[in-house]
Amino acid sequence: MLDLVRTRSPEEEIVASPMAIRGLTVSYGQKPAVFSVDMTVQPGAMTAIIGPNGAGKSTLLKAALGVIKPLSGRVTVYGKPLAAQRARIAYVPQRASVDWDFPTRVRDVVIMGLYRELGLLRRVKPRHVERTMDCLARVGMTDFADRQIGQLSGGQQQRVFLARALAQEADLYLLDEPFAGVDAATEKAIIGVLKALKDEGKTVVAVHHDLATVVDYFDRVFLINTRKVAEGSVGDAFTAETLQAAYGGRLATAQIDQISRALG
Amino acid sequence: MSGADFVPLSLTPLLIGIFAAIACALPGNFLVLRRQALIGDAISHVVLPGIVVAFLLTGMIAAWPMMLGAAGAALVAVALIEAIRRLGRIEPGAAMGVIFTTMFAGGVLLLEQTDTSSVHLDVEHALYGNLESLIWLDATGWSSLLDPQALAYLPPELPRMAVTLLVVSLFTWLLWRPLKLSTFDEGFARTMGVRTGLLGLALVVMAALAAVAAFDAVGSIIVIAMFICPPAAARLMSNRLEAQICWSIVFATLSAVLGYVIAGYGPLWLGLEDAVSAAGMIATVSGLILGVTAVAGPCRTRSGAPSEG
Repeated sequence: MLDLVRTRSPEEEIVASPMAIRGLTVSYGQKPAVFSVDMTVQPGAMTAIIGPNGAGKSTLLKAALGVIKPLSGRVTVYGKPLAAQRARIAYVPQRASVDWDFPTRVRDVVIMGLYRELGLLRRVKPRHVERTMDCLARVGMTDFADRQIGQLSGGQQQRVFLARALAQEADLYLLDEPFAGVDAATEKAIIGVLKALKDEGKTVVAVHHDLATVVDYFDRVFLINTRKVAEGSVGDAFTAETLQAAYGGRLATAQIDQISRALG
Repeated sequence: MSGADFVPLSLTPLLIGIFAAIACALPGNFLVLRRQALIGDAISHVVLPGIVVAFLLTGMIAAWPMMLGAAGAALVAVALIEAIRRLGRIEPGAAMGVIFTTMFAGGVLLLEQTDTSSVHLDVEHALYGNLESLIWLDATGWSSLLDPQALAYLPPELPRMAVTLLVVSLFTWLLWRPLKLSTFDEGFARTMGVRTGLLGLALVVMAALAAVAAFDAVGSIIVIAMFICPPAAARLMSNRLEAQICWSIVFATLSAVLGYVIAGYGPLWLGLEDAVSAAGMIATVSGLILGVTAVAGPCRTRSGAPSEG
């Protein structure tokens, strides 16, 4: 009986996964940024993508989403090609990737999350506005709906981006460094929203840089340093050995000890 | 001024000036926000070889072949800029710089090496255009607007500029959402299935269309100014893209009307004899408007530059 459960064929695994990446290689010049990476996102889990600076964490995410063009590799979303499944994916880019001086209001940014629904010319109806305001309420930004986005703090900007992703009403949420440079209150608000998504049965994947919070926030990790280093539950894959392998000499022994202790 | 004077002498140049200004300002809004505003400058340089080649092929100074030549050159330039940017992995500004100087130099060389330099393809015309000469002598007053016989002799630049404005407006209206989305957040737009590369190309093609049509009618000074000044001034008036577009149309119209009037009558008011170039004055007015908004526009400060944390 146990055997039957365990031996899922590779093909079945791909079909069941919200996002399955096979042999993904990306290069910005001569040197590959991501080399032949396989990743199988588990449904209903919260996965952290971890690795040192320049290890290809964001690149992996962007290439998987088709934001940048990979040299090779195959990506399926719930077993189908990405292009057919865009409606099921919500993406939160790095906050620093856009110009916050752009002339637009908070509510206009969130409504961008409805683009696939609204298309080119469909009218914005009251229910769309309602949904926008709901999403802003979930990240605690209701009072800022009519602010110009340049007037927000970093944490507030990050929450607006998260609200835009919520408006997409997707099944798979991919976030690029959602906790980078945000205040403690925002971090708490964001993790609350992400855990609520998980409780609804959604799948969350986030590029994450703070090793100290991995155990608290996530249940799975994916360690990368250009190549895949480890993938699995926090208990199995987030160990002193895998971290040492991913970060090489760049992680202080004291830091690893601390994490090992946190893991018990 | 009575209709009998105004309609034949001032109405058509005014309208052409206004249409050209708005047709350039509309795509200019997105180009400015995308930090690509200098593409107008680039286009104004790269069309020269196209115009010369069109003249060499057809042997005549006529609007249509020259516009086609200019449009062809603009497209070649856009393709080359994209190719250099992607293959060389360098920033768009550098790629533009390489292409537009090279093609402009090629155009000058072509002009000098063939006997075209003897014909009327002079720099002055290309720069200042010929707005004052686009008059409608067959008109006798406002009633001529309904007179098919008089309408048949409208300066052809007017319908051409009107169609260009219509095409550019339709483009902006139809693709408003993806344009806004991909200008703000290209990566996110791509995950939504917007073909951002194609859209960016279409925007530049629209800019090239407006530029080439406007060169023919009013010269390149207006084009370069209108791509940048009204949108930049409009950005300083509003924090919403929708309102910014409206302001840019207002400023473009204001520049065209004020510029035309001041060029025609300003020197007389000062007791001088000759009028000055309308195209030059329109560009000057747009620059002054930008100056005023830069000093007094309500949204000119980076209101609360994001405090980290």
